[in-house]
Amino acid sequence: MTHGLIEELASGARRPLARLLTRIENGDPSIRPILPELFASGHGAHVVGITGPPGSGKSTLVNALIGEWRRRGKRVGILAVDPSSPYTRGAILGDRIRMMEHAADRDVFMRSMAARGELGGLAATTWIGAAALDAAGYDPILIETVGAGQSEVEIARLAETTVVVEAPEMGDEVQAIKAGLLEVADIVAVNKGDRPGADRAARQLRAMMSTAGGRVERSPPKIMVTTATSGEGVTDLADAIEAHRAAAREPLAARDRAASQVRRALADLAGGRAVANPAWDETIQRVAERQLDPLTAAERLLDGVG
Amino acid sequence: MTDTPIRILIAKPGLDGHDRGAKVLARGLRDEGFEVIYTGLRQTPEMIADAAEQEDVDVVGLSILSGAHMALLPRTVELLRERGMDEVLVAAGGIIPDADVTKLKAAGVAEIFGPGTSIGAIARYFREHVRRT
Repeated sequence: MTHGLIEELASGARRPLARLLTRIENGDPSIRPILPELFASGHGAHVVGITGPPGSGKSTLVNALIGEWRRRGKRVGILAVDPSSPYTRGAILGDRIRMMEHAADRDVFMRSMAARGELGGLAATTWIGAAALDAAGYDPILIETVGAGQSEVEIARLAETTVVVEAPEMGDEVQAIKAGLLEVADIVAVNKGDRPGADRAARQLRAMMSTAGGRVERSPPKIMVTTATSGEGVTDLADAIEAHRAAAREPLAARDRAASQVRRALADLAGGRAVANPAWDETIQRVAERQLDPLTAAERLLDGVG
Repeated sequence: MTDTPIRILIAKPGLDGHDRGAKVLARGLRDEGFEVIYTGLRQTPEMIADAAEQEDVDVVGLSILSGAHMALLPRTVELLRERGMDEVLVAAGGIIPDADVTKLKAAGVAEIFGPGTSIGAIARYFREHVRRT
């Protein structure tokens, strides 16, 4: 059955891929046994993250990039994440509105994902979704995050190349030197380049971000101006993303990403095991009654003792 | 009913530009706990079917006020079935004459919600009728 699925994915059939993504999103236990093979059958697609504040033009820029990569003959996969309601678990997934011109293109596969309670800008299963698109032969794979503020940097541990999209009104120079989102950028696209102030914002960013030093080993990000609605600057952006692919795959960068992915997986796994510990309820109760501190409780649950 | 959210694609096929109703429904279903993929205005049945296929939705909700429902709705159903989405529920909302409702249902549209239907009633209908395999 597994072999059949991987072959179906590789054939480019869309329905099996869509069904698989649903099982992945739902945390279906049948996914676990096929994960190793799903990974092994990947083609090593370039995983590109697109993040930035709400309304900065991420979806429109993704749409323009899809067009550019289609002209270059590439098959493009997209995962677009939008937030889920903390109250009802419902969500409006609206990234498709800007991308419908590619809906019927057989060489573009676009899937909307709700974050389902995750706060880092992605859904917990987005990385497996990316592996599925890779096994299906899409390259590049674009991952558009939830509209991000300052610290939703989860994307940087999944994507090989992270593009932060900002609008010209992003704020003053101090915004540019704050830690967080801009810090994880490999490329910053100052979008809505037709608005007044875009070039100035790009100059400010360049001035403030060019002097990375201290303990930082990353190269400063490339700052570019784009106008997603007209396509201005999009060819250059696609070139810059492709040019970054090699840098992203240098052993140290790949190792850093791998380490943070495994740390995250460990945290999920350990959390799951602790919750499954039969002593869970009793231990939580003892913490609630202040008989036990949370760290000791966590250690006991992990060690399998209550 | 499983406990994962119901996924619905809401689209406006054809040429009318009135999307307030579709947006109000999208918002309302979000509050009912649905994951709503909103695709916007002026969609062809092909675009809708292709999007529904990639999104693997449980429901396709079509809002139509232009009068072209007898052409666009059955065509959308047909394209979904061609893509193997036999179980997906297709529902429509808008101004649709009673005389056409029977014909649309015969063509595979599961339900038609006219003006005045409450969002709660629509959500309940979907919860009761979604088929998952």
